[in-house]
Amino acid sequence: MSMTAYERVKIARSEKRPTGLDYINNIFKTFYEFHGDRFYADDTAIVGGIAYLEKMPVTVIAIEKGHSAKERAFRSFGMPNPEGYRKALRLMKQAEKFHRPVICFVDTSGAFCGIGAEERGQGEAIARNLMEMMTLNTPVISIFVGEGGSGGALALAVSDRVWMLENAVYSVISPEGCASILWKDASKADVAARNLKMTAEDAKNFGIIEEIISEDQIDKPIFYENIKKKLNDEILLLMKENDLLEKRYERFRAIGRPLVQG
Amino acid sequence: MAFMNFLKPNNKLEKGGRAAAPVQQDEGEPEKVCPNCHKSYPVSRILSNNNTCPCGYHFRMNARQRIHFICDEDSFAELFDDIKSADPLKFPGYKKKLATVSASYGGKEAVMCGTARIDGSECCIFVMDSYFMMGSMGTAVGEKITLLFEYAKDRRLPVVGFTVSGGARMQEGLYSLMQMAKTSGAVKRHSDAGLLYITILTDPTTGGVTASFAMEGDIILAEPGATVGFAGARVIEQTTGKSLPKDFQKSEFILKHGFADDIVPRSKQKQMIGNLLKMHSEVSII
Ligand SMILES: [Zn+2]
Repeated sequence: MSMTAYERVKIARSEKRPTGLDYINNIFKTFYEFHGDRFYADDTAIVGGIAYLEKMPVTVIAIEKGHSAKERAFRSFGMPNPEGYRKALRLMKQAEKFHRPVICFVDTSGAFCGIGAEERGQGEAIARNLMEMMTLNTPVISIFVGEGGSGGALALAVSDRVWMLENAVYSVISPEGCASILWKDASKADVAARNLKMTAEDAKNFGIIEEIISEDQIDKPIFYENIKKKLNDEILLLMKENDLLEKRYERFRAIGRPLVQG
Repeated sequence: MAFMNFLKPNNKLEKGGRAAAPVQQDEGEPEKVCPNCHKSYPVSRILSNNNTCPCGYHFRMNARQRIHFICDEDSFAELFDDIKSADPLKFPGYKKKLATVSASYGGKEAVMCGTARIDGSECCIFVMDSYFMMGSMGTAVGEKITLLFEYAKDRRLPVVGFTVSGGARMQEGLYSLMQMAKTSGAVKRHSDAGLLYITILTDPTTGGVTASFAMEGDIILAEPGATVGFAGARVIEQTTGKSLPKDFQKSEFILKHGFADDIVPRSKQKQMIGNLLKMHSEVSII
């Protein structure tokens, strides 16, 4: 437990860590990938489709970083373009129509940063997801498995439950970015990481996530078995929930409120 | 009334924020150089011209000036002005910075909210302020915007919002990021109630504000020449190594790519927003 925040950032970024597809392949059965946003393209940084979680059909959406150099380049290093967010929303709307729960795996340093992404409305794509997810009438669970970089991560995490792996991180800005803006010195990233309070433990203390998932057996099948069971149990609970959308709204509504009033 | 005092120009620079009576030219009045046409004009002349240059260049306005210029006289009543930023992460230097900004600038946060009339139509209004920590969104901004949409929904009022922001306020970490979801939720509920939301994107609107309530209006207008985008242009240039198109992330670029309904110069905003509000009013003529 003596690990620093920045050490966790480095673990969260490690190429050896399981990626979105590892979770899909190890937790679900009969996964069919569905491509494309129906407007412009298929974003390879986000993988989505339907599958069985135990006996339940679910919609699964995962940001995929890839392992090898070639895969990582193909996946834009897990930095989605607007099409990725629009594909994710399309699949979520489809899930709502067919009363399927949605499970998202989040792992991104942030939304893709480029000329094309701006031309095609990266801001609009993220904003729309935030709005639409808030009233998506089906249970949504998001699991942060690596990096949770800012709005690009939040766009898949306006959910009923948000869980983080113990070495996953979640932040409004990268520690390097924060250090170079505030102190004009990117090498102070470790100081920034500590001060940004971006670890799973911090997020849980703030009430921003519900649970931390242990990584003790991350290289063993039992790791995925446990997540599968946990997802299944939680979804069954959420499906019985009468005030699902009211509670989702309140989940976010409450954040920061007591700090600024009175 | 108290809020009227609040609206009075604070200093010489703020005077003439609205189209006012002709201003007398006194000798030695400070001049302002326009970054577009490079000509210089007396400050009072620019201010009395909606803070725009005769060439059409739009200078930035603070929230107080903006309200003075867009709202019908004495119609603005401020809401939620007691809400101030906390320092949830105990981030180094943040508390001191907040205190310094508040003291030197007078504004309490990077957004002002209230009710007002625009060209005779009642609405809720929020105006962000680039002079308060670059209009960055922390918990106070998120809470005020959320409260305003909830207030507007309960009273069935439209919302008019002027955005200007450098993005999320990093000193508030995850708390500031979550304000994107929180405000978007409030906008969605207001929208689902069948109510109108007009955003006016002003210079600059970027980052987490672009990726939340700035892009969620039913009608999205932009001021001429405003920078509007998600990622910062310099960051994009550095990471891609490509040179950027000339009008990159300008209002004209946003319009061309389909992300704004129109570009509206300041001189036409009041009438257009007033008309849009009338065209959506719930007691409109059958
Ligand atoms: Zn000029």
